[in-house]
Amino acid sequence: DDKLLSEPLSHPDFFNVKELFTLKDLFDARVHLGHKKGCRHSFMEPYIFGCRLDQDIIDLDQTMQHLQLALNFTAHIAYRKGIILFVSRKRQFCHLVESTARDCGEYAHTRFWQGGLLTNAHIQFGAGVRLPDLIVFLSSLNNVFQPHVAIRDAAKMNIPTVGVVDTNCNPTLITYPIPGNDDSPSAMELYCKLFRMTIIRAKDKRRHSEAAEELR
Amino acid sequence: EIQWGEDGRPFHFLFYTGKQSYYSLMHVTFEKLLNVQKYQDQLIAQDLPLQKEKRNLAGSRWLTKIELEEMLLEKLSDDDYSRFIQLLQKLVALPGSDIEEKYIQKFSKEVPVQMQKVVIEPLQHDERGVAFSTGEGRRKTASATAVVYDNGTGKMTVNGIGILHYFPVLQDSREQLLFPFQFLGRVGKHDAVCTVSGGGRSAQAGAIRLACARALRSFVTEKEVEFMRQAGLLTVDPRVKERNKPGQEGPRRKFTWKKR
Repeated sequence: DDKLLSEPLSHPDFFNVKELFTLKDLFDARVHLGHKKGCRHSFMEPYIFGCRLDQDIIDLDQTMQHLQLALNFTAHIAYRKGIILFVSRKRQFCHLVESTARDCGEYAHTRFWQGGLLTNAHIQFGAGVRLPDLIVFLSSLNNVFQPHVAIRDAAKMNIPTVGVVDTNCNPTLITYPIPGNDDSPSAMELYCKLFRMTIIRAKDKRRHSEAAEELR
Repeated sequence: EIQWGEDGRPFHFLFYTGKQSYYSLMHVTFEKLLNVQKYQDQLIAQDLPLQKEKRNLAGSRWLTKIELEEMLLEKLSDDDYSRFIQLLQKLVALPGSDIEEKYIQKFSKEVPVQMQKVVIEPLQHDERGVAFSTGEGRRKTASATAVVYDNGTGKMTVNGIGILHYFPVLQDSREQLLFPFQFLGRVGKHDAVCTVSGGGRSAQAGAIRLACARALRSFVTEKEVEFMRQAGLLTVDPRVKERNKPGQEGPRRKFTWKKR
């Protein structure tokens, strides 16, 4: 059992998430397109490649690195049977995110966030409730273009977060930010596909390892 | 009711939203909407005509909020309920929504048709073979039942007593009783046996008149029934004694107004 959990941590990319995407895939899915210069958040400046005709372009090399780290992290969490919660407050992609979560066997929350969901969970849900072990933000803003309450609450409850940050978002409180576009349907479909593939891959690997252990 | 397994993982994928059944219902309904849109796109791509059969909305209603709460076993707010109904209406409004008919029927109920045609009862025959028919009538706390027999001489009995003895003084009330027969021109042709209780003299007379008119419908053609209705013979008189109000002498009369 110890070997089962410690073996993946020795490799830098145990689940080989690098092969799931290439720079060209990101470019074709329009992940590099940001908002206009006026919407730019000052903390996003290191991640921005440049500005053309007032529109910010995100540096896809940095995105590649951050995406690889984030997917690796989610794969490890899924391997250790953690609860992953997908959060997005974009009405366009609500159905897509919920379907992705359902296909992975994980959980989603794309609706109105009630205040005490994480911080007051034992009263809202029941006594022995288990909180999510990872929160994945496919859009880190809510409907009024303010940072989603779940980022702050997850930081309060010591829950690691992975989030797609656009040029108008605050990347500071998110543990694994992924600078990239969160408004285009193609970009969102790409993210959903990548997360789904990593989680399913990690779960399959876990099942194979457990089966191999039992055979011994 | 525990909603997670031994390892702590919740069973439903929308558990962390709080309202899992409501949001899963919205999710499924939206999926049906997307299916219908895809079907429409397919039809357009194949150049087939979009069917626009008008669904009969008059005879059906959506589920009420309480019925929906019972179905989902979860509390709903008014906003949630109205949002769900708006989504259903959007789904129904699309032309290709025929494919999801079964799903929509789960949330619609039939409203019973209110306008029911008044059924005129057929003639009954007693032991001697004489045709008769019954009618009921009310007027201002008096209720009466009348049995009108055919091949009669125009005799009328009320509670076992003849009308001349039962209504000794009033000429008007006797005219009221004869009015239905006079209107149809069948004054001496029918016998009537009535029972009446409650009310006063005029009220009882009015009740018997209505009862006789209703009984006569079975003897008469539909056109004459329509004439009776237009003459006001078949309408129930809704006037009853108005209640007294506080701060006033009677229903309308106010106390004497004193200037000082």
